[in-house]
Amino acid sequence: MTEVPKQASGPAGGRASTKRELPEHFKAYRHVWVVVECEHGVVHPVSFELLGEGRKLADKREVELAGVVLGSDPAAIAAAATACFEYGADRVYTVTDPALAHYRNEAYTKAVTDLVNSYKPEILLLGATAFGRDLAGSVATTLLTGLTADCTALAIDDEGSLAATRPTFGGSLLCTILTLNYRPQMATVRPRVLAMPVRRPGRHGQIIEHPLNLAESEIVTKILQFIADRDSNKAQLAYADIVVAGGLGLRSVENFERVKELAAVLGAEYGGSRPLVQKGWIAADRQIGQTGKTIRPKLYIAAGISGAIQHRVGVEGADLIVAINTDPNAQIFDFAHLGIVADAVTVLPALTVAFRKHLSVNRLAS
Amino acid sequence: MHIVVCMKQVPDSAQIRVHPVTNTIMRQGVPTIINPYDLFALEEAMRLRDQFGGEVTVLTMGPPMAEDSLRKALTFGADRAVLLTDRTFAGSDTLATSFALASALSKIGEVFGPPSLVFTGKQTIDGDTAQVGPGIAKRLALHQLTYVARIVALDPDAATITVERRAEGGIQVLSTRLPALITMLEGVNEIRRGTLESAYRAACAEIVIWNAAAAGIGDLGKCGLRGSPTIVKKVFAPSPRAEKVQQLPTADLPAEAVAESVIREIFKRQPAIEGDLVRFSAGQ
Ligand SMILES: Cc1cc2nc3c(=O)[nH]c(=O)nc-3n(C[C@H](O)[C@H](O)[C@H](O)COP(=O)(O)OP(=O)(O)OC[C@H]3O[C@@H](n4cnc5c(N)ncnc54)[C@H](O)[C@@H]3O)c2cc1C
Ligand SMILES: Nc1ncnc2c1ncn2[C@@H]1O[C@H](COP(=O)(O)O)[C@@H](O)[C@H]1O
Repeated sequence: MTEVPKQASGPAGGRASTKRELPEHFKAYRHVWVVVECEHGVVHPVSFELLGEGRKLADKREVELAGVVLGSDPAAIAAAATACFEYGADRVYTVTDPALAHYRNEAYTKAVTDLVNSYKPEILLLGATAFGRDLAGSVATTLLTGLTADCTALAIDDEGSLAATRPTFGGSLLCTILTLNYRPQMATVRPRVLAMPVRRPGRHGQIIEHPLNLAESEIVTKILQFIADRDSNKAQLAYADIVVAGGLGLRSVENFERVKELAAVLGAEYGGSRPLVQKGWIAADRQIGQTGKTIRPKLYIAAGISGAIQHRVGVEGADLIVAINTDPNAQIFDFAHLGIVADAVTVLPALTVAFRKHLSVNRLAS
Repeated sequence: MHIVVCMKQVPDSAQIRVHPVTNTIMRQGVPTIINPYDLFALEEAMRLRDQFGGEVTVLTMGPPMAEDSLRKALTFGADRAVLLTDRTFAGSDTLATSFALASALSKIGEVFGPPSLVFTGKQTIDGDTAQVGPGIAKRLALHQLTYVARIVALDPDAATITVERRAEGGIQVLSTRLPALITMLEGVNEIRRGTLESAYRAACAEIVIWNAAAAGIGDLGKCGLRGSPTIVKKVFAPSPRAEKVQQLPTADLPAEAVAESVIREIFKRQPAIEGDLVRFSAGQ
């Protein structure tokens, strides 16, 4: 991304206003593409979120939406392609090769850049995951085009360009970035920033196969082993329906247990603000916010969290935000839906008891 | 073995304030620090040097005052510091930044010996893209190892390296050849304090300062604003939410009563949640 120029106060200062004609050789670039992340036979949900958003961009541009599916297993690729169509793609480009069995920068960069050079998309989107971040930088540098990383919103502006918005300066500001004179226009978006689109079973499209043109013997980097995370202790925060989180206002790691107890009753995931990770109260994969996880639950309960901007950007997508804070002027009340000005250390256990009571009554009734 | 660590001087974003009226960053008085993520890269590089011998060079592209951060890195124990500074670099995006840094790395290779390893941090706290490392790797055809959690084995003579890389859903154990570029994961080590001797050396050390020409950059069109395909169209503050928070009464109420009213309000606003919860608790 571009460093924000120091004078960047008003809209469209400096170069931004110098709209030049797109160079002739880029005029053939059309259509919106999403690079689908498919590892161990499973498509990462961020790819579907991107297809949902990509569909809107393609409709606005009156062009097609395509998914790019890479891998080694024809059955997994076919399943991923079907999913792409059902989530809105008109086409799917596939590259099937044993060298693509697992993600490796060299092979995947080669596959994606070859596809781009052959079929010329105007917009290329990836998830801002370990996969997408590793791949996007290499692809953009190979193609010598612009890349806007970790976007929080994508749109087509009045002139038909991709307007990619991302937080800057630690999230205190947002900036909108364009790639005017280069193609494709590339962006990465974090999981859960965009809404999951509705799946339309039976929706079809066209599959276009492309060769890898790279032999395993030419690839220097080898995968010796993959050590999967044990699912049992891995936080599934990003995709949880209910999340209960605590902040420094809880004062001690013992009090943080009240967060876990409420989460357990609700079948929810628990998380926290960044200082709790730094204090060792919670594991790093439970941090919520700009440098942690973005969440999009139906219900988010924040206890003793001030609501700093870096936290806010990670939770704004929640349908209902309930905040418990002793300070009526806490920033979290600027974006919470329900506010409780009270001591979280007493309200949390009361909520746990009340929910438990409520649910057992309802269970008997149903 | 020669190792180069790319590190950036950044404003301490914890202390950044945004002007409430003009929406501009108030930079005055904001202290600068070494990008915290880059310290993990520096420490890892120094550990390899201590084990295998050789030198660690730190490289920064930035304004002249970035010299402070380089000197700090020398006190930690780096052997040499190079500052790449030129007005033509102003406004660089990731593509232009990786071009300038890659050019400087080539020059460093010519002058001080080619590096076997180049380290970067995972990301910066101001640019925050995690893309400069991959950009450098691609330009210099270095084997790219991102999100490295541990260096498992290194053989400088055979020019091979094995690392554990944090991937989606697990750890990839990768082996590749040198020269390679590593972006180091945070939290994997702790920067050393540095010795009295290194502090003394840092105070006297001469920092290598190159402008674009000295770094061998001929094509200024690839630098700074001109070399950046991305354009900042506008900068703005996040918009306040139109809907105001509904504060539930709490004064003089027992916690039980507060809890009851919270639950009522949650179910009123999101009726689906109640059904989900009942099904969940029935399944317990
Ligand atoms: C580059 C950068 C990235 C960052 N990334 C993240 C991130 O991803 N996620 C994140 O969370 N933060 C992040 N931060 C940190 C962020 O700026 C805040 O410092 C942090 O979120 C504050 O955590 P907190 O709300 O738990 O603590 P505090 O700000 O200390 O707030 C504690 C709150 O608890 C309230 N309180 C006190 N006692 C009680 C009580 N008994 N009951 C109820 N409430 C009480 C207080 O009124 C206060 O509002 C980042 C910062 C930087 C600079
Ligand atoms: N101006 C710079 N000078 C030296 N290294 C840099 C610079 N910008 C970025 N880097 C390196 O690239 C990494 C990723 O930066 P970024 O892509 O901005 O998140 C950082 O952790 C640094 O190691």
